Formats: sequence, structure tokens, C-alpha cells
Amino acid sequence: MTTMLRGLGRLAESITTPLLPSDYLDLLDPLRAGAPLRGRIVAVEPETADAATLVIRPGRGWTGHRPGQYVRVGVDVNGVRHWRAYSLTNAPRRDGFLSITVKAIPNGLVSNHLVRAAKPGDLLHLDQATGDFTMPESPDERPAKILFVTGGSGITPVLGMLRNHDLGDVVLVHSAPTAGDVIAADELRGRTDIRLIELHTDTQGMLDAHLLAELVPDHAERETWACGPVGLLDLLEEIHTDRADSLHVERFRPSVLVTGEGGTVTVGGKQVEAGGTSPILDAAESAGVLMPSGCRMGICYGCVLPLTDGAVRDLRTGTITEAGPGVLVQTCISGAAGNCEIGAKA
Amino acid sequence: MTTLQHKETNVAAHLTKADLQNLADELDSIRAQIIAERGGRDAKYIRTVIASQRKLELASRGVLLASIFPPAWLLGTAGLALAKILENMEIGHNVLHGQWDWMRDPAIHSSTWEWDMACPADMWKHAHNELHHTYTNVLGKDNDLGYGIMRVDEEQPWSPFYLAQPLWNFLNMCVFEYGIAAYDLEIGKYLKGRTDKATFKRQVRGVLGKIKKQALKDYVLHPLLSGPSFGPTLAANAVANLVRNVWSHSVIMCGHFPSGVETFTKRSVVGETRGEWYLRQMLGSANISGGRLLHLLSGNLSFQIEHHLYPDLPSNRYAEIAPQVQAIFAKYGLPYVSGPLPKQVASAWLKVIRLSLPSQVYKAPKQAPLELAAAA
Repeated sequence: MTTMLRGLGRLAESITTPLLPSDYLDLLDPLRAGAPLRGRIVAVEPETADAATLVIRPGRGWTGHRPGQYVRVGVDVNGVRHWRAYSLTNAPRRDGFLSITVKAIPNGLVSNHLVRAAKPGDLLHLDQATGDFTMPESPDERPAKILFVTGGSGITPVLGMLRNHDLGDVVLVHSAPTAGDVIAADELRGRTDIRLIELHTDTQGMLDAHLLAELVPDHAERETWACGPVGLLDLLEEIHTDRADSLHVERFRPSVLVTGEGGTVTVGGKQVEAGGTSPILDAAESAGVLMPSGCRMGICYGCVLPLTDGAVRDLRTGTITEAGPGVLVQTCISGAAGNCEIGAKA
Repeated sequence: MTTLQHKETNVAAHLTKADLQNLADELDSIRAQIIAERGGRDAKYIRTVIASQRKLELASRGVLLASIFPPAWLLGTAGLALAKILENMEIGHNVLHGQWDWMRDPAIHSSTWEWDMACPADMWKHAHNELHHTYTNVLGKDNDLGYGIMRVDEEQPWSPFYLAQPLWNFLNMCVFEYGIAAYDLEIGKYLKGRTDKATFKRQVRGVLGKIKKQALKDYVLHPLLSGPSFGPTLAANAVANLVRNVWSHSVIMCGHFPSGVETFTKRSVVGETRGEWYLRQMLGSANISGGRLLHLLSGNLSFQIEHHLYPDLPSNRYAEIAPQVQAIFAKYGLPYVSGPLPKQVASAWLKVIRLSLPSQVYKAPKQAPLELAAAA
């Protein structure tokens, strides 16, 4: 049977060559089974002045997700494809639709497009859900006491968990500039099964170890999930130095710490000028080179390519990696350290 | 004085080095303006063209399933020929130039595209993008100039072989897709022992594999799908390919062959400045005037001059920048060669016929290859 199907597939390819049958089927149904994974926006629901929830009908190839995971979304903004990762925030739905909640960040090309310009009917490109910022599947394996510490749009993966799991004893410490900036505020404030502590940082200042101990006296007994700005995550990592097992962290953006001199990067047959502060991935994409990419924050290794000449700098740590046989680098967190050459995916 | 070596007929003799620098700056700024502007409108354009072409091809092949009925045959053949022309000209040629790479859509990208042509995309990109566009109209370097089998300039010594060149050109026109594959293989260079044997063999295998796939599709599978219409569908596909071949050959002849277009010596390109490169593209190309349909079906190669100045800008922009480019020609006193399709095709054919004869037979040539000298 499978041999026959494969034979039919090859025959169909011979009939459509040099295109593939899927090139024609895409004209009819871009969300069909077997198509590259895509999704269509069904609704755009405003959350706050600068955040919105997008309800998306995924293609039939979508294999589902675990609450807390994120999905990579490819969006055409002014004709150019950009990929970003967003947490899935939907409660279980009969229609199988997904939702992502997006906060427009200042000068953020993609987030501003999704919040302000995207409309029902728009087609998005998707990857399968991924990420291990999740709760154990079985309720028996979940901790008795849970602490969520979130900041800004860092609430989104936690929303996904809270909407899908009955988690028992939960404290949520959420930081946002003002009361009006809290995403899903009514829902969170209305929930009687969790203890919500809002910290409005414009007036109350940023969370620190002292304040956390004051707000959540038993925080040391709680397994903690944290998502938000770099400073917040660093704080929690410091607090959990002795018990790192009880901390789960999700980063949304790479934490760029160092800068270098940059240089000319040869990649995909092109010569690309790359600054020392930005990832080679961004520079190559801007020049129209098709680059493999993933989380864009240095954790998924979806962007690794061989470094065949020169050297690159890890923008998070400053570590220099030099070219050599079999040397692979993550282009999303590597800046050019002088002229270098990136090879093709093995 | 000028860096161009003065020739009797050198149309650029009046330009100084400073002029050429200014010319380059002005042309660069048009390019920068389009790159800054290109966006959603352009993306929508190419996606619409691609989707329309695919629907037209599907519909035409659908109609051809009943090609045993003459009206279906006519309609299907016309539609398929049109679809193949669009696929090669406005889509394939321009996608393979990287004109749409900036969209970062892997489905419309020069590194992933394959086209309905005997010549595999990779090989064509080398021969066309690297050789033809770099060495435009340089005698002995640009294979597009006579495809290695014709005498295209008075400076080329005549031999009796060239007496038959109108015939070669006619035959090449009919089987143009195979002609392109053959000269992109650079068979002549191989025979002279200047190509690595293994590389050449690999390329030949690539071309033969591609031809096999293309022929299987057009001359076996689709006719078989047509059942009782087998014969008519086979004929329809052959005619559609012939029409596409004749059309693309004609459009391409109009790009660099009509009278008024200059050729250049090999020495011209040594140490060439950006201004001199631009100048060579300006003088070495010719446009075809006409309406929007002509521009679409020619893949906007009717704006050959604009295309040669900016090979990687989106094709839908050539018409928009043409007035600005024309103004620069006027400002620097250079001839902007353009004419309607029949006139340009006739002019190109006359040149092919004229040059098939030894120079003594006809009046002394008006044009000699320009030598754009390198040294200041």
C-alpha cells in the first residue's frame, strides 16, 4: 500500500515537474493535511492598549501542544517574511483553534504588525509547538505548591497553563508598568483559585529578593516557573542558586551582553556586512539569504551552521569561536568577530 | 579627458571621468530608492503573477484533456503557450535573478527555484547572472552574443561557416530551450580542453536528466492522461513549447542585437569602474516599446536597459524607473535604444543576415566594438 502511494506520489511529481503537486494544491487549500504548516487568523482580540490575542485556525498537520509551549510564527510584514516565537495561550477548544497573545514592543516590527495590522483571513506560517516550560502531564507529578513569577508579556505561557490545568495552590506574582498594562487582567483578577499579586512597577518599583520574600513568605517551598525580562530571570536564578531544580525559566529574547567589531560575513553565496552587536542570522536575512532559524534566543539550535572561516563571538558571553572542521555555530546569538564565512547546512 | 578610448563612432566620447562618477551616483540613487520602497505591493504582485500562471496552466492542461476536439485544442494550446511564456519570462528568469529573494519566502527564492526549461536553474544562473550580466556585450566573453555560433560584429573575422548563420539562428529559435542548455554547458570551451572533464560530465548529466523529466511530462504523461486525445495533446505541448521558444528567442534578440546597440572589446572590462560598467550596460542594451501585456509577457525584458542596470530589482519596478533612467540618458547625451517589437526583431534579424556575409560585400560597418579603456 505504501509502495503504491509512493509510486503515485512520484507519478504526480512527474506530471507537475519542475513544480511539485503541492505547489498547485496550495492554490486550493493552504491548510490541507500534508502542506507546510500554516495557519489562518480567525480573530484579533484586543487585550490592552498594546497587546492582542490572535485566534488562529492551524493547518491540518498541527499535532497539538502542551500548555506553556511556544510556537514559531512566520509573518509577512511589508512583503518580508519574519519568524518570531509566541506562547500559546488558548484554553482547550472544540474547534481546535489556537491562540497567541502578542504585546507590541517599541519598534518591534512583527509584534506591532500582529497587534495593529493583522486581520482575520491573513495567512501565517507555523512550526509545531515546542518548549519545555510546561507542567508535568500527570497531576500526580505536579508540585503541591506553585509560584509563577512573570513580567509583561511573560504572563503568556503561564496563561496557557492556568487555562488548561487545575494546579491547586498557586501564587502568581506578575509585574507590569501599570494596572492597565496587565494582559488578561479581568480573568486573572476574577480567579478565586489562585493568589494573584500584581506589582505595578511604575509606582511600586521592580521586584527584588526582599520584596519577593515579603509578598510570598513561603516562596522557598514553592516550585517556581518564571518568564519575563532578563533582570527578573536573573534575580530568580540568584535566589534559586542552591536549588536550581525547583526553577523553570523561559526567555523570550537573547540577552546580549557583549559587542564586537563585526565584519563581512560570506554566507549563502553573498557577502553581508554584519555589525558587532547583532546576530549574523539577522544580517544574513536582511540581505535576502534564506537562513535556517528557530527560537532566535540561543536555546533551540535550529539555526546552527558550519563556521568555515574566520571567527564569531557569542553575543551573550563574549566567547570567541574560531573556524575549523566540524565547527558549528548558532547564528542567532553569534556576531561576526571580523570577516568570517558560514557554510551550508550539512 | 575621457577614459573611453576615442573611436570614430564612440557615442560616449564626450563623457569625462567626473561625468561617469556622477552618472554612477545618480544611477545608484535610483537603485537605493527602489530598495527602500520595495515591500508589500511588490510581494503581492509576484504572488499574483505566480498564482495566475499556475491557474492558467492547470486550466489549459485541463482543457487539453479533450484536445481531440479542435476548439479545445486551440484554446488549451494557446493557454499553455501563454502559461509557459509567463513561467519562463516574468517568473523564472526574474526569480532566478534573485529579484524576490528579499521576501525571504523559500517558495519564491533564487536558491530554491526550478523552471520549465531544459537548462537546470543552477547552471543557467552561472552562465546568465555571472557571465552574461557581468560581461554584457563583450566580444569573446559574453556567450549570449551569438551563442558562440554566430558572427555578431564586423570585428569578428568572417568564415564561410557564417553564410548559414541565418539558418542557425532560425533553428536555434525553434529549439531555444535546448540551445540555451547547450551553450550554458560551454561545449566549445570543453572541446578546447578548458573545462574540467568531471565537472562537464556532471553538468551534462544534469541537463540530460532535466530534459528527460521535461519531455516525459510534456510528451508522455500529459498525452497519456488525455486518453483518446493522446496525439492532439502531444502536438499541443510541442506547439506550446515551440511558441514559447520563438517568443523568448525573439525578446532576447531584441535585448542586445538591434542596430544602435554597442559591443565592446575584451580590454574594456579590465579595471572597469562602476561608472564604466553602468555605461556599458546602457549602451549594450535595447528596450522594446509597447503596452503592459507586452511588458508582462517579455518578463519586463522589454525594459532590458533598466534590467541590465539593476538585474536584481523586482521586475515590476522597471517600468516605474524607466522615465528616470531615460532622463539620465538624455542628461549625459547617450542614445536610449528602444523600438516596437516588429521593428526590433527585424533589425536584429537583418544584422544576423548582414553579418553572414563577408564585410567587403556590404557597405562599411557603421559600428565597431567600443573599447572602454581602463587607464585614466
